[in-house]
Amino acid sequence: MMTKHVMNEPIGETRLDRNTQGVIGKGVDRYEGKLKVSGKAPYAYEHLIGEDVAYGFVVVGPVGRARVTTIDVERALAEPRVLAVVTGDAIMRSSAQPMSPAGQTMDGEIFHYNQPVALVVAETFEAARSAARLVKVEYEAQDGRYEIESRRGSGRASDTGPMAADTERGDFEKAFAEAEVQFDQTYRTPSYHAAAMEPHASVAKWDGDRLTVWSSCQLLETNIQQIANGVGVEVSKVRLLSPYIGGGFGSKLGIGPDAVLAALGARETGRPVKLALTRQNVFQATSRRGETIQRVRIGLTKAGQITCIGHETETPNSEGEGFFEPSGISTNFLYPGKDRLVTHRVIASDVLMCSAVRAPGEATGMLATECALDELAEQFGIDPVAFRRMNEPEKDPQEDVPFSSRKLLDCIEEGAKRFGWADRPATPGSRREGEWLIGYGMASASRANSLMESSAEIAMSPEGRATVKTAMTDIGTGTYTILQQIAAEMLGLPLDHVDVLLGDTSLPESSGSGGSWGANSAGSSVYVAAEAMIKEFAKRLGVEADGLTLKDGHAIAHNRQIPFSEILKGETLTVTGKIEPGDTADKTNQASYGAHFAEVAVNATTGETRVRRLLMVGAAGRILNEKTATSQCYGGQIWGIGYALEEALVVDPRNGLIVNHDLAEYHVPVQADVPKLDVVLLEERDRYASPLAGKGIGELAIAGVGAAINNAIFNATGARIRCYPVTMDKLLPHLPDEVSAAA
Amino acid sequence: MKLTINEVEHDLDIDTRTSLLDVCRDHLGLTGSKKGCDHGQCGACTMLVNGRRINSCLTLAVMHEGDVITTIEGLGNPDDLHPMQEAFLHHDGFQCGYCTPGQIVSAVGMLSEVADGWPSHVSADVKNGTSLSGDEIRERMSGNICRCSAYPNIVDAIETASAKMKETA
Repeated sequence: MMTKHVMNEPIGETRLDRNTQGVIGKGVDRYEGKLKVSGKAPYAYEHLIGEDVAYGFVVVGPVGRARVTTIDVERALAEPRVLAVVTGDAIMRSSAQPMSPAGQTMDGEIFHYNQPVALVVAETFEAARSAARLVKVEYEAQDGRYEIESRRGSGRASDTGPMAADTERGDFEKAFAEAEVQFDQTYRTPSYHAAAMEPHASVAKWDGDRLTVWSSCQLLETNIQQIANGVGVEVSKVRLLSPYIGGGFGSKLGIGPDAVLAALGARETGRPVKLALTRQNVFQATSRRGETIQRVRIGLTKAGQITCIGHETETPNSEGEGFFEPSGISTNFLYPGKDRLVTHRVIASDVLMCSAVRAPGEATGMLATECALDELAEQFGIDPVAFRRMNEPEKDPQEDVPFSSRKLLDCIEEGAKRFGWADRPATPGSRREGEWLIGYGMASASRANSLMESSAEIAMSPEGRATVKTAMTDIGTGTYTILQQIAAEMLGLPLDHVDVLLGDTSLPESSGSGGSWGANSAGSSVYVAAEAMIKEFAKRLGVEADGLTLKDGHAIAHNRQIPFSEILKGETLTVTGKIEPGDTADKTNQASYGAHFAEVAVNATTGETRVRRLLMVGAAGRILNEKTATSQCYGGQIWGIGYALEEALVVDPRNGLIVNHDLAEYHVPVQADVPKLDVVLLEERDRYASPLAGKGIGELAIAGVGAAINNAIFNATGARIRCYPVTMDKLLPHLPDEVSAAA
Repeated sequence: MKLTINEVEHDLDIDTRTSLLDVCRDHLGLTGSKKGCDHGQCGACTMLVNGRRINSCLTLAVMHEGDVITTIEGLGNPDDLHPMQEAFLHHDGFQCGYCTPGQIVSAVGMLSEVADGWPSHVSADVKNGTSLSGDEIRERMSGNICRCSAYPNIVDAIETASAKMKETA
């Protein structure tokens, strides 16, 4: 029995609002938590324990751009325990782009430094690793393009990106030229890496012509197609499992090169193959976020009202890749102005391909625009909070549609109050505690919301236990837990009467995890399935579904209380629910909103920045689990610290080598970098967004944080750094000359 | 060779190049310890060897005959969690869970270092020991990277577990 709900109308009051079972929204412990804290949750590499498996190790091409002439595998094959060396055009040069039908293959070429070119398969990991060094790759080196700064203006408008390359309204150039006040600044963000803790890994096993792959993947429906196309088999012959994923952040939206390599290795050797990419492979052969150069132009009245806004961005990608970092995504609707221009240009590059990393667009774009707003507030002598209040649009200024729900100003006001914003140093560089300069900064946050097609099955056993089944994934976001909570709340079951099965393509097709749509989409499919189950209960009881109350495994109607087991009469009842996006997505502009506040201390002598405290106030519709939602926000705040102060992939402009290709050199925040964090989530129901009235939160949390920190650095020092990350070398020239003063 | 892991003795015939981490993950079915970098940079592979925490990816299995080795599986299981595991669960000291076994083992090892009076970079007194504080935890746990960034919850979990372990000690 399949029930479908298309989101054409806003949702009214639901059982989630009534909260009869009292579990929705509660900060309950993670469903799979006990397994994770005891090391018993099996990640991709950890399957087929005890089976006669072989191990793979990737051989990489040690040059930036080249045509491969020969790959000599003889010495490697002669090593003890080596079973095969896989070579050939089908080897993927990097990860597949999200939702693409297949990954890009090498086709005899090296497209970027340390691209996979072969796979050694051996009886042990040690033998495979050792033999990989004996594979000799001969090549003809070619000229490569390894930086974009010198080639500004050469980019193209891609029509296969994550949003339209250009968005225009009115005549921006004319409006800007005629504006009473003109602001024109250019910001730079470096390339970043997702750096999920679990390196991409796959285990592949053939049974005749059927292939089973355990891999670390976010979007199983498209990942299985990418595997099938990569290996050259029908998709119906492939089963993909991804029950536990050690972090994704976008880097596992498309399959990594490991999935196809493991399958090819297993086919060639007749044994299941386990292949975990090394950390260096992950940095150099999966995907990255492209660096950006962003010109922000804003026209204003003398009083500080924004009249027009322009955001023109440039970013690289490698050959054949249409993806671009959509830095202008929030500029389209966040601030007013009747004349508008947002453009994205992709500059061809021979460095590892660029793809989605947590909050594609907002994460980089708002580092620029929220810094620009701060610069303008300073220029006008208006408090940044008041400046945003003055420039709040009433409706989507690009599309002229209403906001489904927009609590940006509520977040800002609440944050200002809680943070003690009134105590902000009025003049930059004016507050000092010993050797430390103190400053406050703030920024707005927004993240475009989306709902995707997704389906789920609920099976209710004769005893009244429910099992939720969907090919959805949990990448650490809390999917297992919130689906359990939604099913329990809807069906009136204690939490421990609901089991959740995820991460298996033999289960109903799901949206997967990406773009902060997972909870809303997969959660709504469970909602729809539960509604179908309730309808069936009502039918069997001869009552209206609306009049039926469900609590603790009992149906209550007309003063009767009937245990589910009596309704089920020894049968298992199975229903499937499907959610589809509909008209509400076009009739309204949907986004989550928030505000970030930061206090920093900058060392007056060394330029070292310490973040002292961060506060985020967010509004993302219904919060399904207060604890896991808050954890997501902590994560976003901490990524913001990384983006503001530490993270940058360094590419050697001579050869395209990603120089800092490990966790010692690519600096992600660690405990010592992180102060006490505060997160406040406002009550909100967005009834246009989904039947759950919820919106995405995981990516909202990173949008704008880095700008809030950078704005605090300006407030502390008077130095405006427009090139992230704000490291000591960039701050030093702007600091008081302590050493000479002391001499 | 013989290896004693979680009080179980294993007879092994392995390649001398096998790391302590890989012997657990590839040969003994003990996959709780994770490989995040294989270079001692992330801490996901942390084990206790004779009570002290080490990066098990940076040491060869053959060097540990006769040692007392504890992995995450030796601390507790889903039905009988160690106080540190329990505290990580309740404080949501993890998201994806991949760095978590290393964090938990590292936290247990760290508490004994503090108890034994080992100073850290943030200790005011390097001679006479120190007590556990938020700053001490953050400093001493900085060798365990969590990209989901559950750091604040990890600090809370360690404080809770530390108090509970003292009570029951």
